Amino acid sequence: MIMLGSIHRILARICAVFQSSDFDRDLHAEIDAHLNLLVEDHIRKGAPPEEAKRLARLELGGVSQLREAHREVRGLPLLDVFLQDLRYTFRILRRNAGFTLFTIVIVGLGIGASSTTFSVVNTLLLRQLPFHDSERLVWISNRADDGVKEWNIQVGHFLDLRDQTKSFSAPGDAKMLINGELERLNSLQVSQNFFSFLGVSPQLGRSFSADECKWNGPRAGLLSYDTWKRRFASDPNIVGRAVTLNDASVTIVGVAPRTFDFATVFAPGNPIDIYLPMPLTQETNGWGNTLAVIGRLKPGVTLQTARAEFQILSAQIQKQHPERNTLRPILASLDQHVTGNLRNAFVVLSGAVAMMMLIVCANVANLQLARGVTRQKEMAIRAAIGAGRRRLIRQLLTENVVLSLCGGLLGVILAIGGTRLLAGLRAFNIPLLSTVRMDVAPLVFSVLLAALTGLLFGFIPALQVTSISVHDSLKDTSRASTGSKRHSWIHRGLVVSEIALACVLLIGAGLLARSFLKVLEQNLGFQPERVAALRIDPSNSYTSRVQRNTYFNEVLARARSLPGIRSAGLTDVLPLAGDRSWDVTAKGKVYARGHFPEGYIRIVSDGYLAAMGIPLRAGREFSEQDTPSSEPVAMVNETLARTLWPGQNPVDQIVIGEGGSNPGRRVVGVVADVRHRALEQESGNELYFPTRQRDESGPVYLVVRTTLPPAALASTIRTALRVITPDLSGTEFKTIQQLVDKAVSPRRFVVLLLGGFSAFALILAALGIYAVISYSVNQRTAELGIRMALGASARDLQQRIVLQTLRLAGLGMLLGSVAAWIFARTLASLLFGVTFTDPATFAAMLLVLTTAAALAGYFPSLRVSRIDPMAALRAN
Amino acid sequence: MENKADILQGTLDLMVLQTLAAMGPLHGYGIARRIEQISDEALKVNQGTIYLCLVRLMQKRWIKAEWGTSKNNRKARFYSISKAGQKQLVAEAENWQRVSGTIGRLLQLKGAR
Repeated sequence: MIMLGSIHRILARICAVFQSSDFDRDLHAEIDAHLNLLVEDHIRKGAPPEEAKRLARLELGGVSQLREAHREVRGLPLLDVFLQDLRYTFRILRRNAGFTLFTIVIVGLGIGASSTTFSVVNTLLLRQLPFHDSERLVWISNRADDGVKEWNIQVGHFLDLRDQTKSFSAPGDAKMLINGELERLNSLQVSQNFFSFLGVSPQLGRSFSADECKWNGPRAGLLSYDTWKRRFASDPNIVGRAVTLNDASVTIVGVAPRTFDFATVFAPGNPIDIYLPMPLTQETNGWGNTLAVIGRLKPGVTLQTARAEFQILSAQIQKQHPERNTLRPILASLDQHVTGNLRNAFVVLSGAVAMMMLIVCANVANLQLARGVTRQKEMAIRAAIGAGRRRLIRQLLTENVVLSLCGGLLGVILAIGGTRLLAGLRAFNIPLLSTVRMDVAPLVFSVLLAALTGLLFGFIPALQVTSISVHDSLKDTSRASTGSKRHSWIHRGLVVSEIALACVLLIGAGLLARSFLKVLEQNLGFQPERVAALRIDPSNSYTSRVQRNTYFNEVLARARSLPGIRSAGLTDVLPLAGDRSWDVTAKGKVYARGHFPEGYIRIVSDGYLAAMGIPLRAGREFSEQDTPSSEPVAMVNETLARTLWPGQNPVDQIVIGEGGSNPGRRVVGVVADVRHRALEQESGNELYFPTRQRDESGPVYLVVRTTLPPAALASTIRTALRVITPDLSGTEFKTIQQLVDKAVSPRRFVVLLLGGFSAFALILAALGIYAVISYSVNQRTAELGIRMALGASARDLQQRIVLQTLRLAGLGMLLGSVAAWIFARTLASLLFGVTFTDPATFAAMLLVLTTAAALAGYFPSLRVSRIDPMAALRAN
Repeated sequence: MENKADILQGTLDLMVLQTLAAMGPLHGYGIARRIEQISDEALKVNQGTIYLCLVRLMQKRWIKAEWGTSKNNRKARFYSISKAGQKQLVAEAENWQRVSGTIGRLLQLKGAR
C-alpha cells in the first residue's frame, strides 16, 4: 500500500508539472484564507489590526519560500527547471536566428553525413548477412596454382567433400556462378538445397525437387521476386505455368521472396532473374571448376578446425582422383568474403566522419564562445538575481543540446535522403549497398550523436560561465573581454585543432584521390573510349559450325557497313566482366603435375584487336580465313609468351590450351597484355582462339569501335542486325567505358565520400578562422586605432593580421601533417601507386589549406581600412 | 527550519492523518492549530509547512480536499482522510508504537546501567 501511495505520488508529480498554474492559484487562495484566519484570531486575542497582520505573517513563515517549496514538493523540480530552460532556450534561439540557423545547418550536415556513413557501415560490416544463422556460413573456394587467385570447385570434388567432411552440418550447398543467358534473363544455377540451406523459403510455390536436380530431369525454374513482378505482373497463378526458355519448356515452380536478393550480396549490380537447378552429376563434373560453395560450420567447430580438416581431405581426394582438376580449398567466413576487402575502406571513412564531427563541434564551440562574450552581461544579471552557477551551466547545456538536436533532426532527414540515394545507386559495385537504409540503429546513433555533439560544443562555453565575475560584467566596461586572454587562447586552440583535423582529412582524401587517378591512368592494354559491346549469341537453331560461322560473318559484315563504325569484332568475354582459365602448355615441354601454367582464354574473331584497341606486338591477328578447315591457330599475350618460351620467338611455336590430347595450335601473333580482371591487377597469361575454329555455347559479344558517341549507335546497330537475329534486346548494349567505371566504382565511392567530407571540413575550418580573426579585429578596434593614429598604415595592419592568421594555420598544419603522417599508414592498403607519405599530396594539400587560411584571414582584415582612428579612440 | 521539517516529515504526515481521522474535515489553518494545541506549542513549526505536507498526502491519495466555507463564512479548503489514508494511518500508527516502544526500552536500558 505504501508502494501504491508512491506510485500515485509520482504520477501526480508528473501531472503537477503541467498544471502548475492551477496549483499556484489554489495555494494562493489557501494562503490568503490562512492569513485571514490567523489575523482574526490575533484580533480576537486583542492585538491591533496592523500588529495582528504582522504576527500572522510571522507565524505562517515566508510566503515566497513556501511557494517555492510547494512547487518542489508537488512537482518534479528537475523537469520543471528543464522545461523552464527549454522555454528560455527557444526564446534565445529565435532571437539569434542567424546563429541558430548556421549551427543547425552545419550540425545537420555533419550528422547527416555521419549517419549515412554509419548506416552503410552498419549494413556492410555490423549487421549479419540476411541469411539463416549467417555467422556460421563459410565461403569455400579453390586456390589457383599461382596461389593468389580464387577459383571455383569441380563438382566431383564437391560431392566428395560433402560426403566426407565432418565440419559441416549441412554440406552440399552450392550455387553456381554460371550466368547463362536464357531469353535474355540472367540465370543462376543452384543446388537442390540452396534455398533451404540459406533459410530462404519461396514466396510462392516451392524450391527444386530431387528429380529436377537430376541430369536431364524435368526442367524447372524459380523466378526472382523482381522478375515475377516486372515480367509476369505479379501473377499469383504463376506456379505451374510453363515458359519457354532457350527453346525448351520450363515449369515455374516458385518465386523467391522479396527479401532474398542474391545479387546484392554476391554479385552487386548484376541482378539474377531466374534460378535453375544445378545437377551434381558426372556430366556437370565434366564442366570443370564451376561451383562456388557455401558451407555451414557445425556448432562448436571453428574455422581453423574446418580448414585443417579440409587440408587433409583435399589431399586424400586429390590422390584418389588424379584425373580431376587440382583442389586446394580456402575457407573464409561468408561475411569476410562478401565485405572483407571493403572493411578497411569503411573503417577509414568512419574515422574521417568522426574527425569531421569534431571539426563541427570545434566550430560551433567557437561561435558559442564569441557569443558568450556578448552574453556575459545577461549571465551576470541572472547570477546577480540568484541563479546558481550550476543553474547557468545547465541553461547553457540545454541550449546547446536543443540546438544540436535540431541539427540532428535535419541530419536524420538528410541521412534518409542520403541512404535512399546510395541504395538506389546501381553504378557502385559494392555488396549490400542497395539494402542500406535508415532503420533503428542508425536513428539511435544519430540522436545519441546529436546529444553528444551538443554536450561537447556546449561544454567550453559553459565553463566560461564559471569565470564570470558579476561585478566586472555589470560595470559597463565597454571591452567586456579585456581580461579574456584565456578565452582568446581557447579560441585559437579550437581553430588550430580544426585546421589540424581538416589537414588530416585533406591529406587522406588527397592520397586516395591520387591513387584513384593512378588507377585510371593504368595502361589497360585496351582503349575503352568509344567502344561498345552488344550481345549477339547465335540462336540454338544453328546446329553446325558452318551455320554459326555464316551467322558471325553476316553480323560482322553488317556491323562494319554501318556509318560511324571503324572496326568490329567478336569475343566471348569482355574485359573486367568475368574470366576463366585453362591449363596452357608449350608443346614439347614437360611440366610437373600441378605446375601447369594457367592461361585466361579469350575466343575472338578478326577485328577484335582493332575494335578493343589492343596493340598487336608481333605476327598477325586472326583473319576470316582462320576457319575450321584451315590450320588451328592462336595468339598469346606478352606475358604468356614469356612464360612458355622465355627468350624465344613465340611466333610459329605450338601452344596447347585445350587439353593434353589436343595437337595444339600454331601461334600466329603476340598481343599486348590486357588488364582483364581488375585495373589494379596485372594481366596474367592470356591465350586467344579464333571464334570460327571453336564451338562454344557461351555468350558472344559484338565489339565495335565508333567515331560517334557509342550510345547513339545502339539503335542503329540493333536495327541493322534485327534482320538476321530478331531477338536482340536493348539492355544488352553496353559501352566498355561503363565496365571500366564499374570496376573502379568502389574506389570512386570512397574517394567521393572522403572528398566530400574533407571539402566540408575545409570550409568549416576556413569559417572558423574567419570567425576568430574577425572577432579579434573587433576586439582590437581601439588598439588598431591607436596604431593608426601613431602612423601605421592600414596596409601594414592588414598584413599583420594575415600573418597572424597564417601563424595560426601554420601551427595547425604542422600538427595536422604529423597526425596525417601517423594515420596515413592505415590507408596503405587502399592506396595504389602512391605511398602514404607521398610528398606531392602533402604539399598540395598544405597549399590548399594555406590558401584557404590566407583568404579567411584577409577578408576580416579589410575591416581595418574602415576603422576611423578618432572614433576608435573616443570609444574607449 | 528546513532541518526541522526534515525531521518532522514522517511524523508530521502521521499527525495530520490522525488529526483528520479524529476531528473530521478541517482546513489547513485548523489542522495547524490543532497540532500546536495538542503538542502544547512544543512543536512549533512554520504553519506554512503544513501545506507541503498536505500536498504530499493528497498526491498519495491518502487525503481529499474540497473548497467550502468556514464557520465565520470564509472560503477555505477542507481536507478529509480517505479510505487509503485510514489504512495507512493504522499501519503508520502500529509502526510508530513499535519504534517508540523499542526506543523507550532502549532508553531504560541505558538508565539501568
